[in-house]
Amino acid sequence: MTARADVKDAVTLLPPPFAGWFASRGWTPRPHQVELLAKARAGRSVLLIAPTGAGKTLAGFLPTLVSLHERPKEAPVGGRGPHTVYISPLKALAVDIARNLEQPVAEMGLPVTMETRTGDTPLHKRQRQKLKPPDILLTTPEQLALLISATDAGRFFADVDTVILDELHSLVVSKRGDLLSLGLARLRTLAPGLKAIGLSATVAEPDQLRGWLVGQSLSPAHPRESGNPEVPSLASEGKPLGPRLRGDERPEGKPPTAGRKSRPRRLSRADLITVAGGAKPEITILDSQERVPWSGHAARYALADIYATIAAHRMVLIFVNTRSQAEMIFQELWRINADALPIALHHGSLDPTQRRKVEAAMAAGKLRAVVATSTLDLGIDWGDVDLVIHVGAPKGASRLAQRIGRANHRLDEPSKALLVPANRFEVLECRAALDANYLGAQDTPPIRDGGLDVLAQHVLGMACAAPFDAGDAYREVTSAYPYRNLARDTFDRVVAFVATGGYALKTYERYAKIRQGPDGLWRVSHPRFAQQYRLNVGTIIEAPMLNVRVGRSARAGFAGRGGRTLGKIEEYFIEQLSPGETFLFAGQVLRFEGIRENEAIATRTADDTPKIPMYAGGKFPLTTYLATGVRAMLADPKTWANLPVQVSDWLKIQRRRSILPKRNQLLVETFPRGNRFYLVSYPFEGRLAHQTLGMLLTRRLERARLRPTGFVATDYSLAVWGLGNLGLAFARGKPSLAELFDEDMLGDDLDAWMADSYLLKRTFRSCALISGLIEKRHPGKEKTGRQMTVSSDLIYDVLRAHEPDHILMQATWADAATGQLDVARLGEMLSRIKGKIVHKQLDRISPLALPVMLEIGREVIAGEAQEDVLREAAEDLINEAMGDG
Amino acid sequence: MIAGTARQSENEPGPTLVAVAGVVLEAFADGGLWWADRRLLVVADLHFEKGSSFARRGQMLPPYDTAETLARLSRLMARLDPAAVIALGDSFHDDGGAARLLPRDRAALATLQSGREWIWIAGNHDREMPADLAGMHADTLAIGPLVFRHDPATGEDAAGEIAGHLHPAARVAGRGKWVRRRCFAGDGNRLIMPAFGAYAGGLNVLDRAFAGLFAAPGFRAFVLGEDRVYAVGRKALRPD
Repeated sequence: MTARADVKDAVTLLPPPFAGWFASRGWTPRPHQVELLAKARAGRSVLLIAPTGAGKTLAGFLPTLVSLHERPKEAPVGGRGPHTVYISPLKALAVDIARNLEQPVAEMGLPVTMETRTGDTPLHKRQRQKLKPPDILLTTPEQLALLISATDAGRFFADVDTVILDELHSLVVSKRGDLLSLGLARLRTLAPGLKAIGLSATVAEPDQLRGWLVGQSLSPAHPRESGNPEVPSLASEGKPLGPRLRGDERPEGKPPTAGRKSRPRRLSRADLITVAGGAKPEITILDSQERVPWSGHAARYALADIYATIAAHRMVLIFVNTRSQAEMIFQELWRINADALPIALHHGSLDPTQRRKVEAAMAAGKLRAVVATSTLDLGIDWGDVDLVIHVGAPKGASRLAQRIGRANHRLDEPSKALLVPANRFEVLECRAALDANYLGAQDTPPIRDGGLDVLAQHVLGMACAAPFDAGDAYREVTSAYPYRNLARDTFDRVVAFVATGGYALKTYERYAKIRQGPDGLWRVSHPRFAQQYRLNVGTIIEAPMLNVRVGRSARAGFAGRGGRTLGKIEEYFIEQLSPGETFLFAGQVLRFEGIRENEAIATRTADDTPKIPMYAGGKFPLTTYLATGVRAMLADPKTWANLPVQVSDWLKIQRRRSILPKRNQLLVETFPRGNRFYLVSYPFEGRLAHQTLGMLLTRRLERARLRPTGFVATDYSLAVWGLGNLGLAFARGKPSLAELFDEDMLGDDLDAWMADSYLLKRTFRSCALISGLIEKRHPGKEKTGRQMTVSSDLIYDVLRAHEPDHILMQATWADAATGQLDVARLGEMLSRIKGKIVHKQLDRISPLALPVMLEIGREVIAGEAQEDVLREAAEDLINEAMGDG
Repeated sequence: MIAGTARQSENEPGPTLVAVAGVVLEAFADGGLWWADRRLLVVADLHFEKGSSFARRGQMLPPYDTAETLARLSRLMARLDPAAVIALGDSFHDDGGAARLLPRDRAALATLQSGREWIWIAGNHDREMPADLAGMHADTLAIGPLVFRHDPATGEDAAGEIAGHLHPAARVAGRGKWVRRRCFAGDGNRLIMPAFGAYAGGLNVLDRAFAGLFAAPGFRAFVLGEDRVYAVGRKALRPD
């Protein structure tokens, strides 16, 4: 029954205007475009996986355009709703796609109307869209949530035939994806027979995305009407590591899953069309004559090499991992830019008009290089890039592949890429990523269970749209892939949370936001709650940002009102600066003058030793896949031939002085240095997991009276130090390393530490905002808002003390476990290395330990050691008073 | 790269001494102020029933804030055994707050009040205190050189004033980061107390609302730490 199509069928499938249009440009429809058309016409939902440049967009819209061409010209009485809803993660992408579609639609003379609807769409246009909807509506997940929460959502979406989800791979791994999955479930109810077309880059587990696109059914006995017929779930689907449960609720030795019951099930899946990648990319690792540094992320050593490479190419795209790296590399390249090559900077904090300028110059071929962060990652087409340079380790094979795909538009020509590791461990990581890309390996993250905070937001949205029955709503919600395992009692707790906060102490019944009527249906108890919902919809919690404005003169003190806005910078960075200090932003060295309302005022300066903003965003953890690759490389000297000589020499010396761990071993080295004793271990599980491990080891060492005084973590290794002789203690088994690294540290120790951790409070804040427990700050209302809100930290403290098992605490722990603290990954590591810890007692530092040891003292963990800050400030005062400061 | 420093254990810290109009008072890390000579405890801005006040408008904050505030107060009182307690205004978040007290919280409050003097200073949130709560009511109260009122007076009346209302908080910079905590704010002449309530937030002492209240040379923020109060000068403070 699967509709198989090849190019021959194109003639029969494509109506004359389409066939003519292709022919007039000397094109033949690509096989995947025809295949997708055939499947869609057979009413199937489809996942299209294709690399950049494969004509994904046209493929996705072709079924819609053909269907609109064929439908009766006369609209039925009462008009028609949208035929197709297109959803993209980026406003800019929706606008871009609309523009790109206009041309073929006009050239074929199709009777099709298209409009975008984003946060920027003016109110009058939105109102008009409600009355007279376009045939194709291009929008974002947040706008979809708003549309389905409107009281007229049922009528508005009744005619939807197709939903197209672009860049699906990037959406599904976030809370935005959870929200979208629930919106999609709603659409399936409002428009039975709806088909979904997902467009995605290559991913590790296509089956997850296929399941995501269609409705899942709780009971195998009752297949859903919408969605494709069910097929047995694949073994590869694996059990996602869910949120950890507290105390005795967690079954022994099993990956914890909160409030979810696993039951035998069958997974419904969309059809799959895969377009193979073109030619294999040509990737090389920079083999510099300069010395590769032991640690750090600056890659300054390679600047001359990078510059020479730019000079030898037409157009180079330089990817970096963080905005601060982008600023630094850009600055340093211009310092040595003797030929004044046009080199530009592009990152998400820059003012949009600046960014548009760079993009336009790039498309026009006026630039030789652009230094960019991930903003360029998402599917917007670029000019004639003939080389991608990746500075710093790629952290994931899939990410690297997507970035390299930017080079060279033509599918059949190989893209060229140069990897520039910033330190020696990154050399190993680049090598592992390179091998993975040759093998076509993918390491996109798995789709997690849907967030309960997002579900709470959605439940209120449902009540805003129309009264709902809890049973129906539960069935609909569990048809969304991320919520397919949600237990009924968890769902009911979420509904109770939305209504009255869902507390054990029931005192808010009379204030309920949603109420169950005598008909058993839940409805909003007052229209103002619907307004509140609309102001707070969405899952993107942004760090507060300030506009950076360059005043005209430093002498006028706080500079005049005039001056240019360069972009936005995180409030917390600016707050660390004192007036007069300099910082790097938008490729310029600026002197900070002060904060006025929501603006950071700065002036230009000739100072060339600026501080560089440390941004929170853009630090990706090393994927498990690449970590495994690096461990394998360490264990196998035969592979070292592929490494630069200085790096393979480093490993050889390590083998002589200490040991190199086997693939599945964890090496722990101990050595004295100065008047301290050090423990360095090499788990390769990423900075976040190592940081959590460091906290927990410190607690245990404290209990063993080894007097630990600090630790530092990198993506690869962890160093802990203290006053007690660690090596001697482990050798005597007091404690043994097996005890020290025992999995049970994820129990009480973790609970005790996490509860006070600022990371958990930060996670709680985002859950509280998304779930609607507290409201977002709104521009313009902030002044009055400050007194009207309660800090989420205070709420957290009270809730933790009085109801630690509250559903929002559960949601918080679940988030922290996979996100900020990466407990899930730490747990897998501890279980993997059980009985495989190798202890090497050394009399001095080992070569492998050098990189992490060099990080000591460079950076103090944010939010920790707060008392030290206060103590020092108080001591400063004493010194000042005593005439000593 | 991320690093951490293990917390060194401390000797049991003593209270931090704060002088106001020549009277030496003790400031505690939970926000209480102790006048040892008179066995008098002062707490400001308890904001009981703030949670339920928010719930009325649809923000279902955990309904445990009153219990939490009472528990903290009870711990402090158990340690000090005061002869008198002054609640420095805004003891309830709104006028209906006292009527919303849960029976168990009402009982806990009564227990704290029994056997000692209790003075409710009127605040701007709780002008009308219900008659069924024990304790005497006052707009201001003068004891020796000190004057207790909710809202700091403007003009010349600062001498010896102990006030609340503004919820002072300090943002302290150091080690390339900052810490934001509630604080006492004083200059030797007047002292403004931190809010004691579990849901009572803080306003930065560098905010305009504090302008003109303190003489610059003697100004200190007495910042609430984990278990002690730190006196911090203007130089280490940052605006929000």
